[in-house]
Amino acid sequence: MNPHPDLTVGVIHGLGWLYLLMFFLNVGWTVRSFRRDGHYHSLFGVEHIPKAVVWAAFSALLLLVALSHLAVNSDPESFLLRLPLWFKGSVDAIIANPISYFALSMVVFLAVVCLKDWWVQPTVAWTLFNASTIFLALSMTDYDFRQIVGKPDNVPIVGMLYLVGFFTWLYFYKANDNDRRVAEGRPLHEKELSDQVLVWPDLVYTEMVCMLLVTALLIVWGVALPAPLEEPASAVKTPNPSKAPWYFLGLQEMLVYFDPWMAGVVLPTIILVGLMAIPYIDFNKAGNGYYTFEHRKFAVTTFLFGFLPLWIGMIVLGTFIRGPNWNMFGLYEYWDVHKLEVLNNVNLSEMFWLDVMKQPLPRPGADDDILVQVGVILKREWLGILVTLAYLFVIPPLMAVTVFKKFFVRMGFIRYMVLATLVLFMASLPLKMALRWAMNMKYIVAIPEWFFNI
Amino acid sequence: MSVTEYIRKSQLWRSVFRHPAPYDRRNRAVVVLTNFFLHLHPVSAKKGGIALSYTWCMGGVTFFLFLVEALTGVLLMFYYRPTLEWAFTDIRALRDVNTLGIMREIHRWGAHAMVITVWLHMYRVFLTGSYKPPREFNWVIGVLLLVLTLLLSFTGYLLPWDQLAIWAITVGSNMARATPFLGHEGPGFQLLNVGGFDLITNASDARFLLLGARTVGEETLNRFYIMHCVAIPVVVSLLIAVHFWRVRKDGGISQPL
Repeated sequence: MNPHPDLTVGVIHGLGWLYLLMFFLNVGWTVRSFRRDGHYHSLFGVEHIPKAVVWAAFSALLLLVALSHLAVNSDPESFLLRLPLWFKGSVDAIIANPISYFALSMVVFLAVVCLKDWWVQPTVAWTLFNASTIFLALSMTDYDFRQIVGKPDNVPIVGMLYLVGFFTWLYFYKANDNDRRVAEGRPLHEKELSDQVLVWPDLVYTEMVCMLLVTALLIVWGVALPAPLEEPASAVKTPNPSKAPWYFLGLQEMLVYFDPWMAGVVLPTIILVGLMAIPYIDFNKAGNGYYTFEHRKFAVTTFLFGFLPLWIGMIVLGTFIRGPNWNMFGLYEYWDVHKLEVLNNVNLSEMFWLDVMKQPLPRPGADDDILVQVGVILKREWLGILVTLAYLFVIPPLMAVTVFKKFFVRMGFIRYMVLATLVLFMASLPLKMALRWAMNMKYIVAIPEWFFNI
Repeated sequence: MSVTEYIRKSQLWRSVFRHPAPYDRRNRAVVVLTNFFLHLHPVSAKKGGIALSYTWCMGGVTFFLFLVEALTGVLLMFYYRPTLEWAFTDIRALRDVNTLGIMREIHRWGAHAMVITVWLHMYRVFLTGSYKPPREFNWVIGVLLLVLTLLLSFTGYLLPWDQLAIWAITVGSNMARATPFLGHEGPGFQLLNVGGFDLITNASDARFLLLGARTVGEETLNRFYIMHCVAIPVVVSLLIAVHFWRVRKDGGISQPL
């Protein structure tokens, strides 16, 4: 028997229940569609057919799929509904490559913002939900995918992705509504609901229902999924890969591009200080207490960029895709400890001295006076130091007279400098990634003598 | 006189609930004013400000999860001893303690859920611009609560003392040794040096402060246990109180005054 079966009777039955749930959800959607979506003028020559017929057919298909799963009782290996190999191969090729992974996450992010009017339409959003769930369900027919996604501590991440997706949709849906209202000169949705109502019962009951739902969810979750307990701790058996708790995996991912003092200390501190600074640098008075995109494009886009691709995207990367030796693995790929990736990263100073100047790297002698050593190190790294200083101190004034001119005038010097510094630190991560892929750049300033690498 | 009416009119009942049941407008206001647990709320609020599609209820759910964690956490403390000898075996034995049932599961999944709901609460507060004046400082307190929630989860991660626990904490805390000036592998630590004698070594740096030892060991377990069960929850409770109080003083949930 195959010790790593793609399909077992248990998995097939589990998927059957998932498809059955999808069936019921889509029956509900069919009813909604029948009430709201109207009719096709003409379909296959028949006139006046409700658009809901498409959803009815889809629901029927889901029911058939669910029943065919639930009816399986033996010989799971011959079950036909599974991901084709060419699909797994092409997904893996995109996911396991850092350039295409980040390109994909940027494309998704840009699509979320730029196509907001299109994808928030309920029918489109529902179709996306169906597509992502079917993708998840079909992926569960792969052994290696199940090993990663089914790990008890990783299950909440899948839930989080659905929640983040749903709330992002809800935000854009409500923001679009308000933005249209403003454009048409109608009052904001929130302003229309400005009657005072008593907190008992209107709020207290909502809170109670939320509490009951969360309690029910926790009980079902706790019964269905036992909390993980691995082997007893051993200081000599290092697991490969060794991962931090999942919510810190975005920070652990930064270690690929930055030294620990930057990735583990300076950048997290700047993230927190930056978050705390938001209310003091956002001078825009509009958009207080209602959903809007048009009134605060810059603020929302920047925040979404930090939250969706950089924070959530890197947690997904760190959890599901980084495997042994912190190599990237496709979703359906076996985590092979012996997978080799060529790493020949070079520092900016090496590029300058070896490639451009055709000279050996200046090296401080161990017996030299301390000041001589400092001099040699500064001479070796002058280009990187200059680039870093220019990045932090020349770009802000340049932006102040060009792209951020309006901001600078309205914010004043201190606020503007805080904003510019925070934006530059946030941009340093994607920039450092791009440098790594484009030129195998390791460090811009490399002074291992002082544990100071950037 | 029906039985319920008799009970409601008794001295005992009226000493607890000082007004009639909240069936009419006046008593619905009074119940919020006189009940300790409800007095977190104002008596009335704008309809749009408390609509679920507006608030997402994520702050409320986070608070509720904090209470769930406190309750299940205290129950777990009855059965758990934070020592190298017992920590792992106690957690393994919990599976056989029928009275505790799924308390460990609820505690762990509740902790993950709390991290997620804190983020979603923050996401909503940003997207409705609810950090704007006069609520700037409450946003800052919120960020502190976010950090403390992550620290609560991080310190709790170590307690089962299995492979998952110590290596996650080892990876997470290794960063601290690269702290500028204060970590023994961080830039600038050589400058803190008296007469050729390094002040910052692997037995005196930021990582040592966090772990109580050079590696994750019994001192760390004890340290994290106290942080997890006493120190951080106390600070979090205080900040939650300030957070809620300021929500009220600044004009209710997240809409301009």
